Amino acid sequence: MSSDSLTQPRADHSRPQNPGGGARDYALDYIRRVRGGEMGSIPGIIGLVVLAIFFSILKGGFLDAYNVENMVVYGAPTIVMAMGLIFVLLLGEIDLSAGTAGGVCAVLAAVEMVRHQMNWVLAVLLAALLGAIIGMIIGWLRARVGIPSFVITLAAFLSFQGVTIIMVGNSGSILLPDSQKTLLALTSASTNDYMPIWAGWAMLAIVVVGYAAVKLRGVSKRMAENLAVEPYSIAMAKVAALAVLGAGFIYYMGYNRIVGVARSSFYGTLTSEGVPWIVPVVLVLLFGGTYLLNRTRYGRHVFAVGGNEEAARRAGIRVNAIRTSVFVICSFMAALSGLISLSVSAGVANNAGGGNTLLLAVGAAVIGGTSLFGGRGRIIDAVVGGLVVEIISWGMGDLITGTNAPGWQEVVTGLVLLLAAGFDAISRKAGSTQG
Amino acid sequence: MSVDAVPGRAAEPILRLRGIEKSFGPVHVLRSVDFTAYPGEVTALVGDNGAGKSTLVKCIGGTYSIDSGEYLYKGQQVHVHTPRAASALGIEIVYQDLALCENLDIVQNMFLGREEVDGRRALDENKMERMASQTLASLSVRTVKSVRQKVASLSGGQRQTVAIAKAVLWNSELVILDEPTAALGVAQTAQVLDLVRRLADQGLAVILISHNMNDVLQVADNIAVLYLGQMAAQVQRSEVNHTQIVELITAGRSGDLGLTGSAVGVGNGATA
Ligand SMILES: Nc1ncnc2c1ncn2[C@@H]1O[C@H](COP(=O)(O)OP(=O)(O)OP(=O)(O)O)[C@@H](O)[C@H]1O
Ligand SMILES: [Mg+2]
Repeated sequence: MSSDSLTQPRADHSRPQNPGGGARDYALDYIRRVRGGEMGSIPGIIGLVVLAIFFSILKGGFLDAYNVENMVVYGAPTIVMAMGLIFVLLLGEIDLSAGTAGGVCAVLAAVEMVRHQMNWVLAVLLAALLGAIIGMIIGWLRARVGIPSFVITLAAFLSFQGVTIIMVGNSGSILLPDSQKTLLALTSASTNDYMPIWAGWAMLAIVVVGYAAVKLRGVSKRMAENLAVEPYSIAMAKVAALAVLGAGFIYYMGYNRIVGVARSSFYGTLTSEGVPWIVPVVLVLLFGGTYLLNRTRYGRHVFAVGGNEEAARRAGIRVNAIRTSVFVICSFMAALSGLISLSVSAGVANNAGGGNTLLLAVGAAVIGGTSLFGGRGRIIDAVVGGLVVEIISWGMGDLITGTNAPGWQEVVTGLVLLLAAGFDAISRKAGSTQG
Repeated sequence: MSVDAVPGRAAEPILRLRGIEKSFGPVHVLRSVDFTAYPGEVTALVGDNGAGKSTLVKCIGGTYSIDSGEYLYKGQQVHVHTPRAASALGIEIVYQDLALCENLDIVQNMFLGREEVDGRRALDENKMERMASQTLASLSVRTVKSVRQKVASLSGGQRQTVAIAKAVLWNSELVILDEPTAALGVAQTAQVLDLVRRLADQGLAVILISHNMNDVLQVADNIAVLYLGQMAAQVQRSEVNHTQIVELITAGRSGDLGLTGSAVGVGNGATA
């Protein structure tokens, strides 16, 4: 690398970059990072845009408000599960049981609510607790007993499938009654409870102002301490992009989606407008998870263990505790994902969380930019990748029709995952100067 | 011993080991080893493969605990059984395998496990970045472009530099480097040796393990030779030449320096 050169002038770490300009430096720095294997969200976002355009050309109305809402709502369980998986993937581990663990937790909640008339808040807490306990057991088996996570979670995947079938019983599924309105309203799959229009805009305002405040405060603090800063122009551009995209989404979700849609007869005079409640839920998880990973010692230690376990151990990091904790987080998030699915489908079937549920979530994380080899990943990857996965499965449903359509759709989805993993492997190679 | 009467040297060694014994089960690796290190000096620790150099520094650094013998730090007898205890005394070791996280940047690596947090227990990135930059600047490190570069993108010499800077960040007083130039080319070796010299000039005690006699003779003030787990000799750099050092390493003695005949015999017997 050229930066080795002995003739290089001494880097002056104390000189602040000009916050007014410097966009060019920033761009060069970005290109250097991309060449080093750090893509950020850009490929995922480009993929999202290209796919959206592609599918809407193939089929008019692909991006109408009704479809967009559905992609968001049906994508949410995948996104939330992927958020949890990212912690596990950061350590280079895998949790194959996340899908069916989420299924078991959702069934527990459904059984308690429907058969034992448990208050929904309690049922949700119980399911989340079960998720955390499952994660604790997996983490203990991995970190203390030393069984490879692949084996533990494959075994758990199979067992949980069985547990779900047993718990659901002969009926084959448990349906949530309309009395469980609050939980159902999360995704408004069977009710018409959306965020009020004003609340959607208020949420956007909070997010944009908050993001801008964090950015500007960061820049001015670093300038005060004479550290290199992101140029104001770039920071403002990011804030503006968020504001524009967000405003577009909120505005779009303000359309009444019942008009002109077949469901209208069923719903009578009801309106269907506003942002689904699941959106703020996912945003809270996104911000919480990002803070945990990027701004706390715990998060730093997760990256360290994923990057070089021996180095982490020598630095005094409790590697086993970290390793256990990521499985707890993953199974906990899987439980939340299962509960969201429960809300989306207004019930739970005895194959809950089986099939390709887990695979799509892992795919979402990897497409978003998280590495399967550990050490690289961000919570936003789950959101970007989850939306890509969702748009592909919706688009595919339109694109591939005929008797063998489901088969072909799975083949294509599999190929997309392989492509993302290949991308990951190649960018990992590009990122290292040694080995 | 000649090492006790050197002009211009601190009165008291920062580290003095006496009669250190260390066995791994039946394998007797260190036999009655005496060793001293003075502040402001580079003490080279040399010896053939398997002589016990890494074992000795791991005993100093608390990775292994000694079976018997005296471990005096700043004149006080201390018991160092964990790496943490060694760090607390101001002893830092840069191991042969550098143990850096490639996916983290320079600042993150330098503060790994000892991150600074602000009042709300969030990472204080700015403070860490400033301290890391200052440390690198104080070592006159020229080769690192940005402290926010990932270690994956650094060359071997740059990585070594980061590992050394990490060790001195913590106001350490004794820094031990296990073969810091083993994997480096000519230019990068020169850089790292420069850095080693500067550390000593700043008043730190530096212990340098190396197989490269040119490096040792160039940078060391004092040379300790291990031969089959015994300290063959610890001498001032000015008192010996290349040939004598090589003889001490390979035979355990050179002229009137080194182990006596019977001691050499014991050493040989140990490997059987
Ligand atoms: N944990 C251990 N258990 C058993 N024997 C060990 C252990 N560590 C080291 N030894 C033995 O102790 C002897 C000294 O090893 P050590 O690693 O200290 O040598 P060294 O001088 O650092 O060699 P090198 O120059 O190859 O790094 C060797 O014979 C080695 O096999
Ligand atoms: Mg060694």
